[in-house]
Amino acid sequence: MTTEGEAPSRIADASLAAALFSVDPSGLGGVTLRAGHGPLRDQWIAAVKAMLPEGAPVVRLPFNISDDRLEGGVDLAASLASGRLCKQASVLEGIDGGVALLPMAERLETGLAARLAAVMDHAASRADARPAFGLIALDEGLAPEEQPPTTLLDRLALRVDLHGDFDRTDKITPLPRADIAAARDRLAHVAEPEDALVTAVCEVALAFGVSSLRSVIFTLKVARAHAALAGRSLLGQADLAAAARLVLAPRATQAPVAPEAEQAPPDPPPPDSPPPDASADDSASPEDQPPLDDPETLSQEEAAEILVAALRALLPELDAPAPRRRPARMRQGEAGGSGGGAPTLSMRRGRPIAARAGPLNSGARLDLVATLRAAAPWQKLRAAPGGEARLAIRKDDIRLRRFVRRAELTTVFVVDASGSTAFQRLAEAKGAVEQLLARAYVSRARVALIAFHHKGAGVLLPPTRSLTRAKRFLADLPGGGGTPLSLAMDASLSLALSERAKQRTPMLVFLTDGRANIDGRGEAGRGQAEADALTAARKVGAAGVRTLFIDTSLRARPDADRFARAMGGAYAFLPLVESRAVAELVTREGGRALGG
Amino acid sequence: MVTFHSKGRFFSPMSKVYPFSAIVGQEQLRRALMIAAVDPAIGGVMVFGDRGTGKSTAVRALADLLPPIQTIRGCAFHCDPKRPPTCTADCARRADGISPVIETAPMPVVDMPLGATEDRVVGALDIEHALIRGEKRFEPGLLARANRGFLYIDEINLLDDNLVDLLLDVAASGENVVEREGLSLRHPARFVLIGSGNPEEGELRPQLLDRFGLSVDVRTPTDLGDRVEVVKRRIAFDQDPAKFLGLWAKEQARLRRQIVSAAKRLTKVATPDAILEAAARLCIAVGSDGLRGELTLMRVARATAAIEGVDAVSLTHLRSIAPMALGHRLRRDPLDEGGSAVRIERAMAELFGP
Repeated sequence: MTTEGEAPSRIADASLAAALFSVDPSGLGGVTLRAGHGPLRDQWIAAVKAMLPEGAPVVRLPFNISDDRLEGGVDLAASLASGRLCKQASVLEGIDGGVALLPMAERLETGLAARLAAVMDHAASRADARPAFGLIALDEGLAPEEQPPTTLLDRLALRVDLHGDFDRTDKITPLPRADIAAARDRLAHVAEPEDALVTAVCEVALAFGVSSLRSVIFTLKVARAHAALAGRSLLGQADLAAAARLVLAPRATQAPVAPEAEQAPPDPPPPDSPPPDASADDSASPEDQPPLDDPETLSQEEAAEILVAALRALLPELDAPAPRRRPARMRQGEAGGSGGGAPTLSMRRGRPIAARAGPLNSGARLDLVATLRAAAPWQKLRAAPGGEARLAIRKDDIRLRRFVRRAELTTVFVVDASGSTAFQRLAEAKGAVEQLLARAYVSRARVALIAFHHKGAGVLLPPTRSLTRAKRFLADLPGGGGTPLSLAMDASLSLALSERAKQRTPMLVFLTDGRANIDGRGEAGRGQAEADALTAARKVGAAGVRTLFIDTSLRARPDADRFARAMGGAYAFLPLVESRAVAELVTREGGRALGG
Repeated sequence: MVTFHSKGRFFSPMSKVYPFSAIVGQEQLRRALMIAAVDPAIGGVMVFGDRGTGKSTAVRALADLLPPIQTIRGCAFHCDPKRPPTCTADCARRADGISPVIETAPMPVVDMPLGATEDRVVGALDIEHALIRGEKRFEPGLLARANRGFLYIDEINLLDDNLVDLLLDVAASGENVVEREGLSLRHPARFVLIGSGNPEEGELRPQLLDRFGLSVDVRTPTDLGDRVEVVKRRIAFDQDPAKFLGLWAKEQARLRRQIVSAAKRLTKVATPDAILEAAARLCIAVGSDGLRGELTLMRVARATAAIEGVDAVSLTHLRSIAPMALGHRLRRDPLDEGGSAVRIERAMAELFGP
């Protein structure tokens, strides 16, 4: 239970989100459930199942579902076996009024996300033809940039994060099914929000940097569901506060600060900020509130105040740790396109190459001609005596198409932003990024930038192939402080691995003098820092990620070379960092990374 | 439960689409789409912008606004009965003296999903037919469905390269040539290409960009009043689509009439020599490559005059559409911070005065 004057605990809000989602699954689009596999996540899903109407379908979508399965089509295997046409139903068939579970949503391909989004849009706009359902996107991402495609995120009203510190005793508890059913019935009778309220939500969303208007609409819808749950027919302050916490807070990209600080990351609100009374409510105790059902409606100012107070109470959690990270506002799209790299085999996309035998399962595509050719020699043998002449195709005849597509290179610059030369190094690194991108315009390579200084390392530029984006993200760069080299190596390794998971070839380019003086825990001290950095370097080496270590110190020192060797990568000594030279080096090394 | 469909609703399955006329703001986008509808030869519209800016809403809404077309019943390519047979499949029967049934159909607006395979776009061997009846039959793809209409590709910048090449080829020739899986056929595929995408997520290949007649930038409205209006209208639409559509029916009809009459007027719109010269000077001044820019500029200006219901192109028309007709044709300068629209405005101010 929450104490007076504080936002409800995260666990209470997670339970509340489950209840609200169950009230109006299709209206709210769905939930992004960010959590690892574990009891809490299972409880959350079980709670939703317990609150949905008896017998409501819950369908787990296959990962990387094919178009045929999403929209229905011909079931080839069954058609072949039976010799007549067998249709394969869409997995979403019969899901009307139910819920779909999407596993590993953070790995969802952009293309598939777009198709899912289209299905959801149709469901929302042409209710008679398409089934209406809510989607639970199971997001197992850990790193901030590991998240489901924005196309999808934007269409799911609620976000629940079950990562982090929860007590063992914390539990997601479902409300009685009857209460939810009653709320569902009441929902239609909850008054549509007044203009003043709409204006207030728009205003607050803008102030907190939530640009999508869909989020504004979702805020109002969640508030209505909350009111329905509490038995109100008018939106009250508790409803607004809950909607602000569940919809707006996770999407906030800035805190409303003075305009001159616009470029700065959200400042943590002052610790002495007034206790936000307004948000001190949770759905389980609506009767604690003053009688909200009173016809007295909220004014625009009151509504805005409630929303801001609710958001303020959560903001400390939103603030990113050092050094700084722009909120992952937009996700790098996953391109199916080919790049300038070495070819990798793909079963689904790219340029077709020779077919091969294999089982006809998800994602594989039948090569009909090759299959028929494989079946042809056996026809006589297979023909049933006296039976009608029909093509007999067996499982072993099936030939699958294969496609070749080129591997795409992601160059990750890991730039030392510590000490006095930080500015120059960063400026030249930025120059190199822009030159590579201007060149990569045709080859479609990606570039990312991690900067490290002071006590941490952060992704300043998530992998992108857009010059426009790079310019905006690298507009101003931090600098100064110590050299947490081991943290930088850890951060870059995790980015490299996440790129590799997306079928791209990562290459890390370190721009540093290699003088580590902050250790893996963020403490100062050269000895420990160097030991940690060496360990981290070996980890990078063990992962087999291609690296290029550009030593920027004035005299070549054994340290830097040692790190380079531990990572098993190339080493270059470049005391006068110059963007053109860096870009040259990187291009050459990148060619090798893809060639080898 | 028995449901009763009124006749009108039964015949227009698109009737639940948010009306084009009720879109708040987005002047440039709405205008570009109308121009493309009036003169399909302009070559399509590229829409740049963030997600959730209402790009898709606008394009899907356009479908409901477009005038219907006359077509041959059963023709997978929506062939025009007034023209000689163009497709090999169903319309070929016309040559055999069988008179086709002519019907009125909505102008096709085809959504091409990002993950679409080549099979689905180009068309492929009808597997069902091949397997079960042993017949070789062509299953038309999205290009066939889009013939004489619009092809909309959301996030076109993320499209597979092999598909981009294919689209370029088809868009240039107006014909889809299928040579695969033992099939060999060609069918008409003339469509207005509408692409959208966020340049921050991947640039578009210059060759493809150049094929578009118009390009517009779309941003999420930042004006509070506009944002409130968007949300209010959306809520009203979701709550009672029929009522909302009723409120906007008159405005929808007006826009539809405007498109139809502009398309008729188009051939009558005169282009004074002075305007031709101004267009040429502008293209030279901004350094747009090739003649395509100039040609498009004139066509767009003419369509704009036609939409406004006047019979001659004026310098005002030219100036109002120059940024969207030329913006994407300027050579990229990685070091130029300002956008191409700024360069065009600057050039126009120098050439034609403020």
